[in-house]
Amino acid sequence: MLSIKKLNYTVETEKGQLDILKNINLDIDTGKFVVITGPNGGGKTTLAKAIMGLVEASSGSIVYDGEELTGKSVTERARLGVSYGFQQPPRFKGMQVIDMLSIAAGKKLKSADCCSYLTKVGLCAEEYVNREIDTSLSGGEVKRIEIASILARNASLMIFDEPEAGIDLWSFAKLTETFENIHRNSNSTIIIISHQERIIRLADELVLISGGSVAKRGSVADVFPDIMDNTKIGCTFMEEAGK
Amino acid sequence: MTEIEKNLLREIADLHKIPEGAYNIRKDGELSGRNSTEHIEIVSKTDVPGIDIYIKPGTKNESVHIPVIITKTGHSEMVYNDFHIGEGADVLIVAGCGIHNSGCDTSQHDGIHTFYVGKHARVKYFEKHYGEGEGTGERIMNPKTVIHMEENSYIELDMAQIRGVDSTRRETVVDAAAGCEVVLLERLLTHDKQKASSDMVINLNGEGSRTRVISRSVAQDDSVQVFRPIVNGNAPCFGHVQCDSIIMGHGKVRSVPAISANHVDAQLIHEAAIGRIAGDQLLKLMTLGLSEEEAEEKILTGFLK
Repeated sequence: MLSIKKLNYTVETEKGQLDILKNINLDIDTGKFVVITGPNGGGKTTLAKAIMGLVEASSGSIVYDGEELTGKSVTERARLGVSYGFQQPPRFKGMQVIDMLSIAAGKKLKSADCCSYLTKVGLCAEEYVNREIDTSLSGGEVKRIEIASILARNASLMIFDEPEAGIDLWSFAKLTETFENIHRNSNSTIIIISHQERIIRLADELVLISGGSVAKRGSVADVFPDIMDNTKIGCTFMEEAGK
Repeated sequence: MTEIEKNLLREIADLHKIPEGAYNIRKDGELSGRNSTEHIEIVSKTDVPGIDIYIKPGTKNESVHIPVIITKTGHSEMVYNDFHIGEGADVLIVAGCGIHNSGCDTSQHDGIHTFYVGKHARVKYFEKHYGEGEGTGERIMNPKTVIHMEENSYIELDMAQIRGVDSTRRETVVDAAAGCEVVLLERLLTHDKQKASSDMVINLNGEGSRTRVISRSVAQDDSVQVFRPIVNGNAPCFGHVQCDSIIMGHGKVRSVPAISANHVDAQLIHEAAIGRIAGDQLLKLMTLGLSEEEAEEKILTGFLK
């Protein structure tokens, strides 16, 4: 179980303190598929990074499977079963796709294993196994390799930050199918930050983050219609929710 | 062979036993072993230290190993090796030098490799340099590679300095005729107070000649590196030079790539980048469970692979 209590993240700016996350409280049961959505700049990515340890929360608590994560390094959190797919993954000159997926899996992968992960993210696998993760790959290709690395990691908590960004329609369909399969066939907890209705509709629970706070949460049936109604007239719901 | 000698051969030529095919092993300035084959003949020079390697025209799928090892502290040598590669041959050449210095005197290997690559021949050349030993004596290697390419020939050079070389001055000069292709990958790691310089001049003299030069280096601790790759386009040709360096600790790198178009149809490109390991690269690998040190090691291994 992931339990977030009174989580705050504040940064200093030229204009004074800026609260990015404000008193976030969120419990997510093991094995759940949760989608976090909300307006740009609302704090979704910061929350995900705070869970992974990529930003250090100013105060509050994040407990995962009984272990307090705050104060722990990224490496320690990863070894406790937390994984995070970057929204804008870095490139690595000289490092091949098979090297990256092997690091993720924690063992030397065979080409066939590597292919199976790549196929799940819609890449024509054999062409990519020995490719370097450098500028010769498009943004969408790097993004899909990033997602494949999270699949290879097979952690008990998988966080994906806007996995749909930069991905073509055909690969996106494959990707949603993959998320569904993981949810159906494993006990991993999945948290996806997304604006995509097709991903949102897969969720057991939808969390709306706006203005650095949890504005609303509940089943997709409960929360999604409100969001849709209000986004049509200019996101007033989200704006109000963030106040 | 001693364990030290075996280890040096493993490091520089990936040799775990006497290689198949043609070979010449040089140890502390002496011939340690040699084998010629029906198509590849190795002959000692009579006027200067070194060998001539004659590869008959049309030789296919054969290899030549010519590793050099130095284990005596204070040993210094200058060696001249000439490769005569016949028309249409397709061969693999594995060179390299390893120095184990357990004393206080400088051990040094300087060498000039000259290639005469015949028409339509294809050559893959691997060269690794490596130093080790607990002594205070320096380990120095100064390799010079000169390549003369006849029409439509191809050469791929993979030249690496793994670690342990206190000082190196590397020079590479290539003259490419029409239709020739040169692929040159140089990988260099320096650490502690080591110094390295690398000068390359690729002359694309013939119509349709091409080159791709990739230089990747890592300067750790207080080491210093200087790169000066130059591509001269003297005909309708294509050349691409890419220099990437990672600096760590107090390492210093100067990269001065140059392209010179002396013909209106010469297309030449150069890129150079120097920087630390990017923070997001380290973080990505740490999210996969590696410590910062392990992540750094993986990034460097990939970069220099």
